[in-house]
Amino acid sequence: MDQMENPDKTQVAKYVEMYRTMCLIRRYEDRIAEIYTEGKTPLFSIAAGTIPGEMHLAAGQEPVAVGVIRHLRREDAVTAPHRPHHFAIAKGVDLKRMTAEIFGRQTGLSHGKGGHMHLFDPLTHFSCSGIVGAGFPPAVGAALAFKRQGRDNVAIAFAGEGAANQGTFHESLNLAALWKAPVIFVIEDNHYAISVPKEQSTAIAHNSERAQAYGLPGVYIAGNDVLAISEAAEEAISRARQGKGPTLLEVETTRLYGHFQGDPEVYLHAGEKDAWRQLDPIKRFREYLFEHQFLTEDEDQQIQNAVITQVEEAIDFARQSPEPAPEEALFDVFVES
Amino acid sequence: MVTASMRKLTMARAISEAISQEMERDPRVLVWGEDVGVYGGIFGATQGLLARFGPERVMDTPISESAFIGAAIGASAEGMRPIVELMFVDFFGVVMDQIYNHLAKNHYMSGGSFRHPVVLMTAIGGGYNDGAQHSQSLYGLFAHLPGLKIVVPSNAYDAKGLMISAIRDDNPVMYFFHKGLLGLGWMPSDDLAEVHVPEESYTIPFGQAHFVQEGSDITVITIGAMVPKALRAAQQLQNEGISVEVLDLRTLVPLDRDRIIQSVRKTHRALIVDEDYRSFGMSGEIAAVIAEEALDYLDAPIRRLALPDVPIPYSRVLEQAVIPSVEKIADEMRQLAK
Repeated sequence: MDQMENPDKTQVAKYVEMYRTMCLIRRYEDRIAEIYTEGKTPLFSIAAGTIPGEMHLAAGQEPVAVGVIRHLRREDAVTAPHRPHHFAIAKGVDLKRMTAEIFGRQTGLSHGKGGHMHLFDPLTHFSCSGIVGAGFPPAVGAALAFKRQGRDNVAIAFAGEGAANQGTFHESLNLAALWKAPVIFVIEDNHYAISVPKEQSTAIAHNSERAQAYGLPGVYIAGNDVLAISEAAEEAISRARQGKGPTLLEVETTRLYGHFQGDPEVYLHAGEKDAWRQLDPIKRFREYLFEHQFLTEDEDQQIQNAVITQVEEAIDFARQSPEPAPEEALFDVFVES
Repeated sequence: MVTASMRKLTMARAISEAISQEMERDPRVLVWGEDVGVYGGIFGATQGLLARFGPERVMDTPISESAFIGAAIGASAEGMRPIVELMFVDFFGVVMDQIYNHLAKNHYMSGGSFRHPVVLMTAIGGGYNDGAQHSQSLYGLFAHLPGLKIVVPSNAYDAKGLMISAIRDDNPVMYFFHKGLLGLGWMPSDDLAEVHVPEESYTIPFGQAHFVQEGSDITVITIGAMVPKALRAAQQLQNEGISVEVLDLRTLVPLDRDRIIQSVRKTHRALIVDEDYRSFGMSGEIAAVIAEEALDYLDAPIRRLALPDVPIPYSRVLEQAVIPSVEKIADEMRQLAK
């Protein structure tokens, strides 16, 4: 993190805003992790408790979401994978309705029909999928629509490094390059596809190299550094807005929780998790901001208090929201004209 | 009645005319798929469109079905109305995830906030010795999956009106055209499918089965290429003094349960003819509808004629042994009339 020697006030405010969003995401994920255990014990039951179903948390991966999405507009489309909260929060999806959806409540984004892996928000052009690699083709299609409509909007497909071994990844890179579609493919390399380390699933060191095969730029960003990610994303998004076509970004990041809540993580090496925690990207960004006097202890405390309040308000909203009526299960299969 | 305005079109022509008129009317309509451009679609469904609307709206794609069909999901979410062709229904295995987990479900999973007005069109059917990977019908497979509308026209008039309805529908619609009805130069086609098609635009609502022939002794319920075959069989039976009612379902989703029940309550005998596989498919579904709603009206057990549960064989003799023929349909009718 060595971006700016003498940044102006606007730039500093933007950095602080990025930091605030990262803190909001982290607080949210930590609280969801706590609530997720409510009612599931003594015998761990995935369907029981306040939050039913699987839960995939993205703590540690905040730099990817914030670094990329800070350059997006509301009308730019995002497709996210099964680990979607950090992207949704960074994109500006309403936190209350998102939380209500995760709790399966009537006030949720999808009135309880989606769930945590299937968040849909037309207001922020956000969608996600529980199927690995499935978000690439729809992002190419959204980008095609923008191009046909003569708009300078872009689409971003986020996915994990395991998804880069899906056919959809390869087909979509080729198609996007062919169509010069304004789409950015962002691979979050958190080192593991569930339990399988990248070196056991991917024959080359960096998926970013695969971009060459399809005639588009590929960039690998090491270090889980929000400013480095932001810089690379800005360039890629700007290229796309100018009609210069797609870019593949591969971003090294870390998953501080397991693949899912309840994952025993037996596949990790001794000390691996501790090493990741040492490199916590939020801690590092905070130190950077302090060091450059972009942020004071007081301001930081205010941010922490504000995100705590925001998260608790969303959780309270979800808790107080009603469950959907059973008969609602039968609606929304088709658009009724 | 032949008049000056009478104009017979092949089904392929009727489909491409429907698409052309809708592209003219609505700039959001785009067409893409394999060989839909200069070639005009392997089965002629997009002929003339490239010349008229240009490569920005009519796009040949690489052989990357997941990418180009999945792209229809994102493009429709952002306001376009794509028509996407994938040549043979047999090829859909590679793209099923994008179809049944996303295209079909996003409206539901989003609580009604995402819409995907997409038409997926493809060719079905055997009878020309192309073997087990190019001859299936499979509409029953897609009809089984909630969130997809299923259209299977039997003639050029219906093909045009149903295609215009499909394009204007805000839901994903799968449009299946039978190779043996299209009127292609290189493929034998049933001339009963080549009928008068008005030049002007018109729609045919989904979920309205059509009585192509009224009768009093037997109801034959069928779809697609089995409709003209059933009509020819009915002609034979008429000569034998048996009056057959032929009901063309036209769409499987939505299914016109009312007309099925209405007809069976009138004739008291039902035969279902299907070019899809027999087990767990269309014929079983319709038999269940009849059993649920008209069992007391039946004078004889429901009969089904469908593909036996085998992959479609290549040899002419073997293939003809499994696909329902006019003769087999007529035999079934005779058995039922006893």
